[in-house]
Amino acid sequence: MTDPKAYLSHLELGEKDETFLDSNELIINMGPQHPATHGVLRVVLKLDGEKVLGAECVIGYLHRGVEKIAENRTYTMFNPYVDRMDYVAAVSNGLGYCEAVEKLLNIEAPARAKYIRVILTELNRLTSHQLWLGTHALDIGAMTPLFYTFRDREEILKIFEKYCGARLTTHAFRIGGCQYETYDGFERDVKKFIDEVPPKIDEYEELLTTNRIWVERTQGVGKISAADCKALGVTGPVLRASGVKWDLRKAQPYAAYSDFDFEIPTGVNGDTYDRYLVRMEEMRQSLRIIRQAVERIPEGPIMAKVPKVIKPPVGEIYHSIEAPKGELGYFIVSDGSTQPYRVRVRPPSFVNLQALDLMVRGQLVADVIAVIGTLDIVLGEVDR
Amino acid sequence: MAWDSTTVARFKKQYGSGLRESSTYLGQNYMVVDSTIANEVLQILHDEEAFDYCVDLTAVHYPQREKQFDLLWILYSFERNERLRIKTMIADGESFPSSTSIWATTDWLEREVFDMFGIKFDGHPDLKRILLPEDWQGHPLRKDYGIIQQDEQWVKINLGIESGQ
Amino acid sequence: MLDYITSYLGMNTTPGQAGNIFWAVVYILIVFGGVSVAVMAMNWLERKALAHFQIRLGPMRVGPHGLLQPIADAIKLMTKEDIIPEQADKFVFWIAPLIILCASFTVYIVIPFGPTHAITDMNIGILFMLGVSSLSVLGVVMAGWSSNSHYPLLGSLRSSAQMISYEIAMGLAVLSAVLMTSLNKSGTGTLSMIGIVEAQQQQHIWFAFKFFPLGFVALVIFAIAMVAETNRAPFDLPEAESELTAGFHTEYSGLRWSLFMLGEYAAMIAVSSIAVTLWLGGWMRPFPSTLTGETWDLVFSLIPGFLFLALALIAFIGVVRMPKHPYFRIQTMGLAGFAAVLGLIGLILFVPPVRERIQDIFWFIAKVAAFMYLYIWYRATFPRYRFDQLMRVGWKVLLPISIGVLIVTAILGVAF
Repeated sequence: MTDPKAYLSHLELGEKDETFLDSNELIINMGPQHPATHGVLRVVLKLDGEKVLGAECVIGYLHRGVEKIAENRTYTMFNPYVDRMDYVAAVSNGLGYCEAVEKLLNIEAPARAKYIRVILTELNRLTSHQLWLGTHALDIGAMTPLFYTFRDREEILKIFEKYCGARLTTHAFRIGGCQYETYDGFERDVKKFIDEVPPKIDEYEELLTTNRIWVERTQGVGKISAADCKALGVTGPVLRASGVKWDLRKAQPYAAYSDFDFEIPTGVNGDTYDRYLVRMEEMRQSLRIIRQAVERIPEGPIMAKVPKVIKPPVGEIYHSIEAPKGELGYFIVSDGSTQPYRVRVRPPSFVNLQALDLMVRGQLVADVIAVIGTLDIVLGEVDR
Repeated sequence: MAWDSTTVARFKKQYGSGLRESSTYLGQNYMVVDSTIANEVLQILHDEEAFDYCVDLTAVHYPQREKQFDLLWILYSFERNERLRIKTMIADGESFPSSTSIWATTDWLEREVFDMFGIKFDGHPDLKRILLPEDWQGHPLRKDYGIIQQDEQWVKINLGIESGQ
Repeated sequence: MLDYITSYLGMNTTPGQAGNIFWAVVYILIVFGGVSVAVMAMNWLERKALAHFQIRLGPMRVGPHGLLQPIADAIKLMTKEDIIPEQADKFVFWIAPLIILCASFTVYIVIPFGPTHAITDMNIGILFMLGVSSLSVLGVVMAGWSSNSHYPLLGSLRSSAQMISYEIAMGLAVLSAVLMTSLNKSGTGTLSMIGIVEAQQQQHIWFAFKFFPLGFVALVIFAIAMVAETNRAPFDLPEAESELTAGFHTEYSGLRWSLFMLGEYAAMIAVSSIAVTLWLGGWMRPFPSTLTGETWDLVFSLIPGFLFLALALIAFIGVVRMPKHPYFRIQTMGLAGFAAVLGLIGLILFVPPVRERIQDIFWFIAKVAAFMYLYIWYRATFPRYRFDQLMRVGWKVLLPISIGVLIVTAILGVAF
């Protein structure tokens, strides 16, 4: 078991150089505005020539005080705010929150609503992974996969738009179920989509997986072991690529996932290439789940009997789901009134970003960008 | 609803009244412990009960209470597929030993609790604000921190108007 | 005076060899103008082809299908503010792009577009080309240094390290091709560009296919090294935006920056023409020795005309598919005019006297254009190499292989 203290050696930026031999070290700043930091992230790098000795992330440029806002809104009013955190995978955020409040109210969404939720969430997982792939490949230099993935993402966004009116911040679910019934042709659209997409995913793989330059840029870069992942609390595809076969959809199933048959891809080495493979396979498994769900959507109501004014009894709850980025958790404290007393969002990107320092030590400068890309962070979620 | 298990029994034996409460609510188990023994309890949970993953660390502010802050750890064990909450209460101004030596995750999580609530953690390698700028005054998630009041202060200083509302 | 001018017309040599300065200057102007037009066309083609690779359209608004886009870009760059950093070394800052430009353009003196269609034919032609194109490294370092900012400096040092590393592999590949020239009947090789193509003519084989696959491997090594030499994808780390150092031309704006781009494209065309001359038979038509005879000559001589007619047809289809809205009238007329010009050129290329004269130049330019398309294709497909991997490829992969190719070529040459 590695020593946790080893992860925490910070940069000691205030200290002066001990001897003149240390004067090779250079501290540079990948500033908040940078083409490759996926949002406003500032990384201060301590370099020895080309080698990275340490990285410190300065975050908070996108902090909007979501948790404080929650204390001043009713449970239903807070629902749209939740999408804005991880704006790429807004549907998952909504699912986590609605399920947490439903647990607090001790009600369960009807079966049909659960299936619709699963379909939309898995579509959103695909969207998020496709965006990740496009931007990650762009950072490493391959310009074309970005356009291919965005073209395919369009189809999913069209389905979202037809369902709930919004493409990105969907606010698709309500506490107790779904508000909108699936539109006419929803099943047809989804089936068409899942028939057309597998060759497109193969296309992305063809461009990248066996491309020697891609392999050289990603293999061995940003390695993190399973023990380090568990100690640092890293979850999601990063954890799975390090070899730990753990997915909240199987370990603690929620929202009808126990009805479906799918696999959890894992990697071996825990480097960037494995994370790439894990996410590609997750895309395929998502398609598998969607196919099973669409064929078996049960009939029935889409909304459970929820009181008009939502006033959960006094208590606390923690509920987490497997968002595309990792374990997204909501800790809600209720004091019996219509407004939550405290809402705490456990953001996967925030905790994953902590691992950046460990992952880039000893790598070259050009790898820092690859590692930031492979962690798949969204600053909206890191900063809330 | 009370909750009993081998873990709870062991802690009860060791700490007696230090373990204030161990219950389960809506299927989720939690233990409330005294702030003096909380650190040891966490250490034991990590070393011996295989809770190797600290999911979250957060705080809640109850200004009416004598011990105003509720510090919460949400722990998870991979081998037992079990989640557990540990809660402790501390007073305003009191500091708490840092858990960074137990789980490395709590590095940034404690910084965020410090940033939002002002709770200091002894032994943390670099306790500074994380989400807010370095020179920010006040700790926003406290219940006595008014956003409207903060906004009015800011616009008065920077824009010279009475209120932005 | 008139005598001086017309006396050259009867001769069958290059102006340099004939010592005729007037015609040398005329040829220089033609080549310079041609290269400039080629650079503009290349700019347009790059944006359109890259866009089509990425399932989008590229420039469509400035002129029909973006045909006037390079002109708009040139005007924009010329009218931009010329920013010089305050602490920059002004003279060096000013002269760096000029050095790159001169180095890239000077090599066009020896490029042979036909058996006598070159400005001059030095008997050390290929050596001259390699040597002068290496001078652009100096310009790169000067640009980074004079910017007085550590990011361009780091970028320029990386760039120059990359360029000189790959020159070695380039040189060795060139050497193996030059060795092959000595395998003709007289037993003497030649360094002159025209001589190399004529050696291929006499040996009835393009050097890419000689001692197959040896010549082909040499061509591939040269093709990879030339991409690295010109700082193009996948070896464009020094220029990439998403890396930390933004390249040696960061501090340059407006016209100075466009000089860098001009120099880069000119260098691309220059090294492609080296590749074409050395391995792909220069100005010879395809299959010169397997498909011989009057009829085949005729067939191949009709190809330029048909090509331009095909391009005119494509442009015409574009005209037909233009939206029928009044706003698009000017564009439609422009495109129709362009199609008409292409068709006219195609028809002119069918006329026998023109047909015969144009053969050499056409095939040379067609082969160079194929290489240019390959450059764009690489940029669209490949990710970028990291700098240490780039250096590893240059020194540990290309260099040993090119030495091996050289040795084996020499052995086979002696044996046969």
